[in-house]
Amino acid sequence: MDIGKELLLEMYRRMQRIRQFETRLKDLTIRSEIPGFIHLSIGEEASAVGVCAALRPTDRITSTHRGHGHPIAKGGELKRMLAEIYGRRTGYCKGKGGSMHIVDYSLGILGANGIVGGGIPIATGSALAARVMKRDDVTACFFGDGAANEGTFHESLNLAGVLKLPVIYVCENNGYQVFTSAASVTAGGSIAARAQAYGMPGFALDGNDVLEVYRYASNAVARARAGEGPTLLECRTYRWEGHVVGENAFGGRPYRSEEEVAAWKARCPIVQFEKRMLESGRVSREELDQLIAQTQAELDAAVEFARSSPLPDPSEAAADIYG
Amino acid sequence: MARITFIQAIFEGLIEEMERDPSTFVLGLDVTRGTFGRAAGFFERFGPERILDMPLSEAGFVGAAVGAAMAGTRPICEVQFASFFYCAFDQLCNQAAKLRYMSGGQARLPITFRTRCGAVGGAAAQHSETVYPQLLSVPGLKLAVPSGPADAKGLLKSAIRDDNPVVVFEHLALGGSREEVPEGEHLVALGKAAVKREGRDVTVIAIGAMVPKALAMAQRLASDGISVEVIDPRTLIPLDEQAILASVSKTNRVVIADEAHLHGSAASEIGCMIAEKGFDYLDAPIKRVAAMDAPVPFSPPLEKAVIPGEQAIERAVREVLG
Repeated sequence: MDIGKELLLEMYRRMQRIRQFETRLKDLTIRSEIPGFIHLSIGEEASAVGVCAALRPTDRITSTHRGHGHPIAKGGELKRMLAEIYGRRTGYCKGKGGSMHIVDYSLGILGANGIVGGGIPIATGSALAARVMKRDDVTACFFGDGAANEGTFHESLNLAGVLKLPVIYVCENNGYQVFTSAASVTAGGSIAARAQAYGMPGFALDGNDVLEVYRYASNAVARARAGEGPTLLECRTYRWEGHVVGENAFGGRPYRSEEEVAAWKARCPIVQFEKRMLESGRVSREELDQLIAQTQAELDAAVEFARSSPLPDPSEAAADIYG
Repeated sequence: MARITFIQAIFEGLIEEMERDPSTFVLGLDVTRGTFGRAAGFFERFGPERILDMPLSEAGFVGAAVGAAMAGTRPICEVQFASFFYCAFDQLCNQAAKLRYMSGGQARLPITFRTRCGAVGGAAAQHSETVYPQLLSVPGLKLAVPSGPADAKGLLKSAIRDDNPVVVFEHLALGGSREEVPEGEHLVALGKAAVKREGRDVTVIAIGAMVPKALAMAQRLASDGISVEVIDPRTLIPLDEQAILASVSKTNRVVIADEAHLHGSAASEIGCMIAEKGFDYLDAPIKRVAAMDAPVPFSPPLEKAVIPGEQAIERAVREVLG
């Protein structure tokens, strides 16, 4: 598959946006500027970007509690995301959702979700809507290794398999369900292999290789759009950070080794992608640095926007319950 | 106006709304065949593209209704028995009910859930419950409990046109009940109670299948010179507080009849509302008539002991009359 330079740079830009956004978010959380639980996907940028790069603007996604990367990969605005995470009125959800619930209908981002596995039936229903309305849009459903053990995974993949719905199930296997290793709680060893039971193709991918993810996602999207049904992609990746920012304050015994974390950091999806682009000679270091600087400036402006945005008025608590 | 059954009225409303709006479709278990009654030619009229049998996966297909609504359709999702909602509680309570709010009003969730509830003799505790009290404290849902065919049609049609998730509880005992139902455009607004019988001495607020029981009792008591007013809230969320308080202000005595378990029932919530907002109207303590706080038992005499009947309402009425 030949991928044009423009798309390569766009994928790189989106990965940088996710990485920088979350790195800054971690810092702001530690400094107690932000209320609530913050779950970071640093190290997992390739799966979000590789999949979303294969989608059209009118296609839809569902995301998870670790849900900053997917909206950014689908084109979300950093300032409105950050304002939401700050609990401001100018945020995507007017301060009613927060870090785990970024939604942008105009971009097909149906929402991150605080319930593990909660988004899987919703994505399946979104694909069902395309069928009912005779549209050719597809839905990408992001979830983690933990959600693959929820009942909704089975119920939804069975349903999508039976109806051949236009949905791509993207399992980001980052190695841990909260503080327990995924391998120790996942029977059969392979989530991708479960696809066979539902009569759909399933592939285990290097989830840190954005181009590999993009290739598989493009094929799955084409298949879904052609009415040939769903695909399950298991993107094997790694959660560099803890389950939640500040988890060490809760105590508990260590659940993974420093060597393990270091080995995965050495396989950084962004560094690997940079290296490949530079080695191909199609992209220069200056071009990449320019994108990094642009993202940095945009992020600075987003932080300023969020900090200076008004908090919601208490009277707004009663708004938007019913439509 | 034709005299038709509750189930016929439901299908009449359903067919009219599906013809009116091409973004509506039905999903649920055995919906192509129909589980509890059907309309001739229903499946043939709309076909497999708009009437979809689901696998036995309540969380899966209730959630699919949520996603389909968010993506621009107007699903009508059938959950065979209200107790089966327990299998889909996350999708109903965490997703359908909350996502509009949590998205700052971006998500639109026009979903109608049709479900059956109530004790009808020998179905035991997992098929006999009226699950609406569990949903009363879930902001974002609307709850309709029709007590007869005309309201069933009118409430269902309003539910389908509503942009929020609405659960319509169809009591199994009412399925064969008959009355005159207006043909065509007959809408019952969600949040509008009905005075089912006018009276002077005591107000009986009755929910769902308790309405015909209350009306039969009121008829009997009339020959004793007792004038009973029967109010049917028709929807529990939103609740027509004004109609309830207006009736209590007239009769000064109130009994609330609900087939749900007493503890945390709709009767409790309505009673509390009256105590807070209508205390000065009352000449006697509020009386609740509800199911015993026991799982609904299988054997018919046991079920009868748990589910309140006409006599229980009558006893309560006589008590508040002193």
